[in-house]
Amino acid sequence: MSRTGTRARVRKPRRLRNLGLHAIVVVIGALIVVPIGYGVLGGFKSNQQLSTNPFGLPSPWVVSNYTDVLTSPDFWRQVGNSTFIAVATALIVVAAAALAGFVFARFAFRGRELLFTLFTMGLMFPFAVAILPLFVLLRSLGLLDNPLGVILPQAAFALPVTIIILRGFFRTIPGEVEEAATLDGCSAFGFFWRILLPMARPAIATVSVLAVVNSWNNFFLPLVVFNSPEWWTIPVGVQQFSGQYSTDTAKVLAYVIVAMLPALAFYAVAERQLISGLTAGATKG
Amino acid sequence: MRPETLAADERPAQAEPRRARPASGGDPAGRRRGRRRALVTITLFLLPALVLFVLLVLVPILLAGYASVFKWNGFGGLPTDFVGLDNFTRMFEDPVFLGDLWRGLVLIVLSLAVQLPLALGLALLLNRPMRGRAFYRLLFFAPYVLSEVITAVLFTMFFSPERGLANEMLSMVGLEELSSTWLSDPSSVMYSVFIVMTWKYFGFHMILYLAGRQGIPTELIEAAQLDGASGWKVFRHVTLPLLGPTIRISAFLSVIGAIQLFDLVWVLTEGGPIHASETMAITMFTFGFGRYQVGYASAISVVMFLISLVFALGYQRFVLRRDTEGAITGMRDQR
Repeated sequence: MSRTGTRARVRKPRRLRNLGLHAIVVVIGALIVVPIGYGVLGGFKSNQQLSTNPFGLPSPWVVSNYTDVLTSPDFWRQVGNSTFIAVATALIVVAAAALAGFVFARFAFRGRELLFTLFTMGLMFPFAVAILPLFVLLRSLGLLDNPLGVILPQAAFALPVTIIILRGFFRTIPGEVEEAATLDGCSAFGFFWRILLPMARPAIATVSVLAVVNSWNNFFLPLVVFNSPEWWTIPVGVQQFSGQYSTDTAKVLAYVIVAMLPALAFYAVAERQLISGLTAGATKG
Repeated sequence: MRPETLAADERPAQAEPRRARPASGGDPAGRRRGRRRALVTITLFLLPALVLFVLLVLVPILLAGYASVFKWNGFGGLPTDFVGLDNFTRMFEDPVFLGDLWRGLVLIVLSLAVQLPLALGLALLLNRPMRGRAFYRLLFFAPYVLSEVITAVLFTMFFSPERGLANEMLSMVGLEELSSTWLSDPSSVMYSVFIVMTWKYFGFHMILYLAGRQGIPTELIEAAQLDGASGWKVFRHVTLPLLGPTIRISAFLSVIGAIQLFDLVWVLTEGGPIHASETMAITMFTFGFGRYQVGYASAISVVMFLISLVFALGYQRFVLRRDTEGAITGMRDQR
């Protein structure tokens, strides 16, 4: 009796406290959702509605802002450019980093630690530091207004984290696997290609997702490399669009919301890889 | 953690025998051949990464160092008009650049004092059993996947006094006096930038803390509770110290992120009004790409680099030394 009594007494404040904590989470969730919701609904309003009816639903619903974006060839070209550049960056960085990570994980040679430290130091170089000389370099190589001018530097700057994660993973594969493969007449490349890479599929997926997301969101480099709208990626396109239609808020909102969708869809699909990549990159080293 | 790292460090030693592969019989000539073959493999495998890295990361940084002691408009081969340290003395007499340093410091302090505790608190909250926990986790992290440009354009509209929602929301909850022009008032623009930064990045830090919290064995917390420790005491004496490494890394990423902040501010304000939200990267950009003062802009790059380097090395030396070796190698680009 007395025991159930105390439990009831304990439980009540706890439930109250839980309710309070839950309320905090809900409020913060609302603060995340409100700007996006404002954008989504705002895209369906006219500019006049935006100032006279800030909270209500659009009335009438204006769909032309969204249909304009979805039928705009500029927008789709930007989606295509962003996709192409992100995929190419990921392919190059993962290929180069897998080869290097394999050597760092599995071979002993003089200067290995020095070289590896050099790569890890790359993590500390802010991208902004290199952008100006990079621009000069790309100009003298004739790579301005050329997708390679964005793909190659992005891949180079993504190398450190990719090498670190892949090397860490390659190290966990037991040496016996390699010995067995070597005894069966496998060359170093054969082992790498036919055994190590298939085994490392989760790690490869993680670093690829990381590279794709970083490339997709990159703005600084495409901004300076691509002068011609023909190669603009989504971030550059969104920025230019918002400058061009700065007085047409509703139109810009629709553009921004549609431009969000690919990233959010990718996040929905690849959430696990992305989060494991970020936490591994930040903690494992 | 440490024993595991050590074990991992020893492991490559196992790979050592493959240098002198027994397949070639063990005679000296065969061993030499095996070793040479291993060397060829090492070289070929490292080559692509090394070429990319040297050409597109190291060379530009060295080039920035070289250009920083010249007066140069960025055209016509290498610079020739040597000016010594003039660009650097000019920089430290330039109120805009000195303001950049101050504003960077403000952002760092705000991040450490507001954003990280918020992220930590939410991570601990979401670590408890709660309805919709997975959903909230997903939701709080979602802004992180949006690019800074998209976030900034959205908030430019959101903050708009005529068509935005920010002031309307404040007056709805009775805080009209906090209403502001957000991005066009020099005295408040940095806070607006910070609000957007927090909106976008606290979820990332929360995810780091969640991962760190899940690495703490529940037995430890249960043991403390059995010994009669209150919730606060468990947090103060068990959870917080064990989250130490995660907190230190998350703080490190915040600082590095604030040092190189560009996209968000460029799209929100271009550094204005009257330089009130300018960052080092924006000053560098306006001089290098806007006014063709590439020498001076390079000098700013060099100072940014030195600040990051000194901070990173000092941090690794004095703050992270107790944590896993090499733990500093976190994500670039994250705040």
